[in-house]
Amino acid sequence: MSSIGTGYDLSASQFSPDGRVFQVEYAAKAVENSGTVIGLRGKDGVVFAVEKLVTSKLYEPGANKRIFHVDEHVGMAVAGLISDARQIVETARSEASNYRSQYGIPVPLKYLNERVSMYMHAYTLYSAVRPYGCSVVMGTWSEYDGPQMYMLDPSGVSFSYFGCAVGKAKQAAKTEIEKLKLADMSVKDLVKEAARIIYLVHDELKDKQFELELSWVCAASRGRHEAVSRAVAAEAEGLARQALADIEDSDEGDM
Amino acid sequence: MAASIINSYSDPSSTEWMNAPHSTGTSIMACEFNGGVVIGADSRTTTGVYIANRVTDKLTKITDNIYCCRSGSAADTQAIADIVTYHLNFHKMELGEEPLVQTAASIFRELCYNYRDSLMAGILVAGWDKRLGGQIYSIPIGGMVSRQAVSIGGSGSSYVYGYVDANFKPNMSKEDAVKFVTNTLTLAMLRDGSSGGVVRLGVITEAGVERSVILGDQLPKFYEG
Amino acid sequence: MAFMGDIMNPAPLWNNGPSPGAFFNFPGNTSVVTSSNHSVQEFRAHSQSPITTTTTVIGLKYDKGVVIAADTLGSYGSLARFRDCPRVMKVNDLILLGSGGDYADFQYLKDIIEQKIIDEQCIGDGLQLKPRSLHCWLTRVLYNKRSKMDPLWNNYVVAGIQDGEPFLGTVDKLGTAYEDSIIATGLGAHMATPLLRNALQAGNIDEQSAKALVRKCMEVLFYRDARSFPRYQLGVVTADGVTIDDVAEIKHDWSLAHMIKML
Repeated sequence: MSSIGTGYDLSASQFSPDGRVFQVEYAAKAVENSGTVIGLRGKDGVVFAVEKLVTSKLYEPGANKRIFHVDEHVGMAVAGLISDARQIVETARSEASNYRSQYGIPVPLKYLNERVSMYMHAYTLYSAVRPYGCSVVMGTWSEYDGPQMYMLDPSGVSFSYFGCAVGKAKQAAKTEIEKLKLADMSVKDLVKEAARIIYLVHDELKDKQFELELSWVCAASRGRHEAVSRAVAAEAEGLARQALADIEDSDEGDM
Repeated sequence: MAASIINSYSDPSSTEWMNAPHSTGTSIMACEFNGGVVIGADSRTTTGVYIANRVTDKLTKITDNIYCCRSGSAADTQAIADIVTYHLNFHKMELGEEPLVQTAASIFRELCYNYRDSLMAGILVAGWDKRLGGQIYSIPIGGMVSRQAVSIGGSGSSYVYGYVDANFKPNMSKEDAVKFVTNTLTLAMLRDGSSGGVVRLGVITEAGVERSVILGDQLPKFYEG
Repeated sequence: MAFMGDIMNPAPLWNNGPSPGAFFNFPGNTSVVTSSNHSVQEFRAHSQSPITTTTTVIGLKYDKGVVIAADTLGSYGSLARFRDCPRVMKVNDLILLGSGGDYADFQYLKDIIEQKIIDEQCIGDGLQLKPRSLHCWLTRVLYNKRSKMDPLWNNYVVAGIQDGEPFLGTVDKLGTAYEDSIIATGLGAHMATPLLRNALQAGNIDEQSAKALVRKCMEVLFYRDARSFPRYQLGVVTADGVTIDDVAEIKHDWSLAHMIKML
């Protein structure tokens, strides 16, 4: 970032001479400092997993959740500044609610994604505002359209994904996700993989404590977005710990 | 009011009809069949007892695969249909695909409900979409909505409920459905003074709409004693 | 709808047109036609009457829950026009809501309530709207609408479980509300209430007899209410949750006809 300090990074409404908007890039940096968030789209649904970093032991378990319901059928997992993300969640909720009241049917994710993207993009255009310091992943499942998932950046850009990762360890997580045959997998298996990946990419040295958040929206949940049941989550988390322990054992063996 | 109507009939020179609003005192119908829906309507528009238009088209296009059958005030229903058409075309561009029939029905419903005190509109929304195939939504005065496999509306419909109940079958062939709609509308037109003229038909399927007309002198014959 | 304004307060149907008097009230009036600031209410004929109507709703508390029932007919005057108008709705795991009266108004309020529940689920704290709260909210909404001289033409029956105990209450189109262990609206208020009261006099009843009693009332109403229909929904709410049975058919008995001597 050689252009830093040249004064072109003070406003979102000004380009740098080489055609960049630094405020947007800084917003992306804010996301990179966040706990890892992954979204996996299988054959029968979408699974979200979040490595929620616990910054103080004084927090109650389950505080500051990073997975939200947007509508009955849409879930959203967020990375980055939690307060910024909450505002995006609110925006998405009101979009979903407006769509329902106008058209009498649940909002299609494609449409919702476009609306939320437009909203985030608007915050990259003006000097009076700063871009949102968060990335969000939205997912749904319906009988007719099957599973759908989108990831949205602070720049207002969004894509549809089979698997996506964002946050601190997104590179490591993406490498793991790429090994999976996502399109053939059911959410039952994906939950285990998601938990395993979050445990695997978690950096114990830098971030001591974290909580794993898991949710899904799938055929088995009748298209409703819901937190993965305690039993299933516990099983997935157990397997994840076991997998991690196995790796550590084999590492020691190599030495 | 009742007295003035009677007067207008007994005294042909009365000018009451001159100030009466244009009304599609109507017979309209929509019927699901195994590949879509058949819609139909008579062609009479009246102003009191005067037939202002004897070849009206009450089947109005909303999108390529969604039509509505209008009954009630001609002005109100045309205005509503225009608003919904505009709205759905915009929605189609946003979505990048054909809007659902349900969506169209919801917008009609919203308008008819919110402005129920100012509007005189009884609308059948019929069409085909890739999610649920052929569908019919009835939105009577008052602004409720109900999906029906077969639906009739307008002043003429009250004379043919029995015929429809006796003759409708689910999953008819296209030919049977067209015949059924034609017969029903003909019977309604014969008994309802505010309905008449020709039968206009539309067959909506995945492929789009096929429009046709059966002229007043070529309608099926029934007992007229 | 965006172009129609807020759901509770729709924008005028005809906007940006000349405001009343714009053409002839010329002192101080520009020739420019400005958009009307008048709200839709000012031009409206108020206190409309119901159009597509539904009849009785019956509600009955028993020892562990509440049963409610209502037929599925949407009448259009005396015409039995819509035969599939379900009007017993599950609000959440604690509440059943039944409605009689104008069906369009019910559909309108149903959409609002459903969104309320979605909003609540989005919060994700596991807390649920309780029946007494919904009952109270309905009194506010209905009273507010009637005060604008534009009532929602309905009778609502709220059945649910409030802190483990059965709850049954009703609100009418004016916002008048009460709780009772038996409730019947419409013609049922005259015909089913005495039947239900008599049966309840014997003491608390269980789910089986409560259901049977409600079914009996639906049968009687079918015989004696000219706006009734032989298909009906029956819903039960207990601490275990809410169930609404598939639409059931009333078994009629006309054997009485043989006892009438024809001369």
